[in-house]
Amino acid sequence: MSISRRDVLIGGAGLAAGATLAAPSIAQTANIEKGATLRVLRPTKFVDPDQTIFNENTEAFTKATGVQVRVDYASWEDLRPQTAVTANTGAGPDVVVGWADDPHIFADKLIDLTAVAEDLGKKYGGWYPVAEKYGKKDKTSTWISIPMGGSGGPAVYRESWVKEAGFDKFPTDHAGFLDLCRKLKANGHPAGFALGNAVGDGNSFCNWLVWSHGGYMVDENNKVAINSKETIEALKYAKALYETFIPGTLSWLDISNNKALTAGEVGLTQNGVSLYFSIKNSKDEKTAAIGKDLNHAPMPIGAGVGRPTETALVINAMVFKHTKFPNAAKEYLRFMMEKEQYDKWLTGCFGYWTQPLKGYAQSKVWESDPKILVYRDTWERALWSGYKGAITEAAGTVNAEYVMVQMVASVCAGQATPEQAAAEAERRAKRYYRT
Amino acid sequence: MTIAAEARPVPQLTQSWLVRLFDYKPFLIFICLLPALGLLLVFLSYPLGLGIWLAFTDTRIGRSGVFIGFENFESLWHDPVFITSVWNTLLYTGVATVAKFGLGLWLALLLNNHLPFKSLLRALILVPWIVPTVLSAIAFWWIYDPQFSIISYVLVDVLGWRDTYVDFLGSPWPARWSLIAANVWRGIPFVAISLLAGLQTISPTLYEAAMLDGANAWQRFRHVTLPMLMPILAIVLTFSVLFTFTDFQLVYAITRGGPINSTHLMATLAFQRGIPGGQLGEGAAIAVAMIPFLVMATLFSYFALARRKWQQGEDND
Repeated sequence: MSISRRDVLIGGAGLAAGATLAAPSIAQTANIEKGATLRVLRPTKFVDPDQTIFNENTEAFTKATGVQVRVDYASWEDLRPQTAVTANTGAGPDVVVGWADDPHIFADKLIDLTAVAEDLGKKYGGWYPVAEKYGKKDKTSTWISIPMGGSGGPAVYRESWVKEAGFDKFPTDHAGFLDLCRKLKANGHPAGFALGNAVGDGNSFCNWLVWSHGGYMVDENNKVAINSKETIEALKYAKALYETFIPGTLSWLDISNNKALTAGEVGLTQNGVSLYFSIKNSKDEKTAAIGKDLNHAPMPIGAGVGRPTETALVINAMVFKHTKFPNAAKEYLRFMMEKEQYDKWLTGCFGYWTQPLKGYAQSKVWESDPKILVYRDTWERALWSGYKGAITEAAGTVNAEYVMVQMVASVCAGQATPEQAAAEAERRAKRYYRT
Repeated sequence: MTIAAEARPVPQLTQSWLVRLFDYKPFLIFICLLPALGLLLVFLSYPLGLGIWLAFTDTRIGRSGVFIGFENFESLWHDPVFITSVWNTLLYTGVATVAKFGLGLWLALLLNNHLPFKSLLRALILVPWIVPTVLSAIAFWWIYDPQFSIISYVLVDVLGWRDTYVDFLGSPWPARWSLIAANVWRGIPFVAISLLAGLQTISPTLYEAAMLDGANAWQRFRHVTLPMLMPILAIVLTFSVLFTFTDFQLVYAITRGGPINSTHLMATLAFQRGIPGGQLGEGAAIAVAMIPFLVMATLFSYFALARRKWQQGEDND
């Protein structure tokens, strides 16, 4: 049975029109191949319900379509190499729920998901602009992936300590933020942001720092632009801010701020929503009490982008051309993003993987606890690594090399002046943004 | 093929060519070696060869590369991060090996004496070596933690000798020494137990003879123990240098090469560039750049330390 892309488009549109069709008709409308089976690879759970609900949703897909699906979970560090092997050997999983950049790196090995993405967009209030950036092939309107969720990293702070420092509301500007950090330190509850080689938290803090001051690694044409007046301003600010941190953040890895906040050593850091829940649901009473005092806020805005900025850890699903069952794979992704499944997943994960589709901002999960409301707008604030340029391999390498983090860290450590650090970052970024 | 048949003293047995083939010794040796050879080829030579090939290409994780000659190496030569990692690796290997040998030899000499609970002690000594590296790395990561270090806790909160917590990993030199200390802790048992085995092969009669000649403890060590131990010392040294030079897990788990790349080893940098960074060619080039160092270290251990003059205790070479 051979199906043209055109047929699939029509099939997909038909499905979108009538979302809750009876089981056999999904398979028919979407032209799912007879005897189709799928293998899916995704990152392992970070919050417990993630895996359970993902599997339940997958089973529901099997029930509705008869397509057997096997989901494999790879550890976070293994996911990228496994995606690469899949891409380069043309074998293995049909669908990979990979990291943000990966569909762009393997773009020519992926099938076009435009129809699915557009249908979903129409149905669920449209994609956030950053989701489109992640989903579409650079400078085209072709979707090569379906962003499934993003874990944001706004400020996490102790309400009572911020109040004690004289702030009824969390500051939204740089000056206020610095003032808050100084007072927190004076009161013995300093802030702490990772400046070690922490791929998540380190980049999260340093990207915000540079972006909110108007700096960026590369411009729209992928020309390295980090060595700018704005970056140097950001670095000067970083130096002042660093003075207020708890000692030792230069060696902090991703888990360090979680430990410090849980132990009550710091009063302010940046993290995903998981930390709040792990503290709130802690069996230790003392720790659980901290949960009541925690709150979240977007990091200060600054003059840079004109809105809050944030780094989100994004999972981005792609279907490889080597799949024998492209229609089944597309249908699977669509099914997982449909309300019946997606809302359950979003809610079950307490909003850990936030929605790339605007419609899900109405989800009940965001009413369940006012303290997590900030995470609802993760995709409003998020920018991608390699902002303002394309999502490319070079952007990924520069991120993995901690160019941004180490630029900030070297200034904070007093190893380099802001000017030297920015020039060094420029040199290092240019190594990968050549051609 | 006929040689085997002719060599047979019983000519009336007309054997099939297959039997004759299997009686042919070189062939049999070849056949028996084949499985091992196959394993080596598939799991050792091929990956090594592929690694070397990748080092001369611009392969990235997203696409296969083309041959670019020494471009990767040239670009690395001008990369301060890579140069730092080479120095770090040399420092790490040099200092850690010397410390491991000094302490390991000392421990071996102590264990070689008659002590109560000798076997139990020897078993205990091995613990750091038996514990999976990642676990000991995580233990050290807690020990060196800026907020939760047990050492800081004892110094500040229990003894009151310091006012602030020790920042083990926050600046380059303390971080380097901390990692070296962790590596030494892990490596001592291997050296100690291996040298202990060597010590036990030295015949007591040699010591008796030396004592009759009036040698004191130092002289007995210098002129009996050391020369007799030299061959095993050379082997253990080679292994130890190789293990230390290629160490990855300790650094990766404790600092990820930070702060600001000051503790990157060649192995960790190769991984970071190759896998999370996606620059397979460059990562492979860093790994390949380790080979000359490893070959030199091996040759040095074998040839220099196995020299007869050293073993016989002459000082003139």
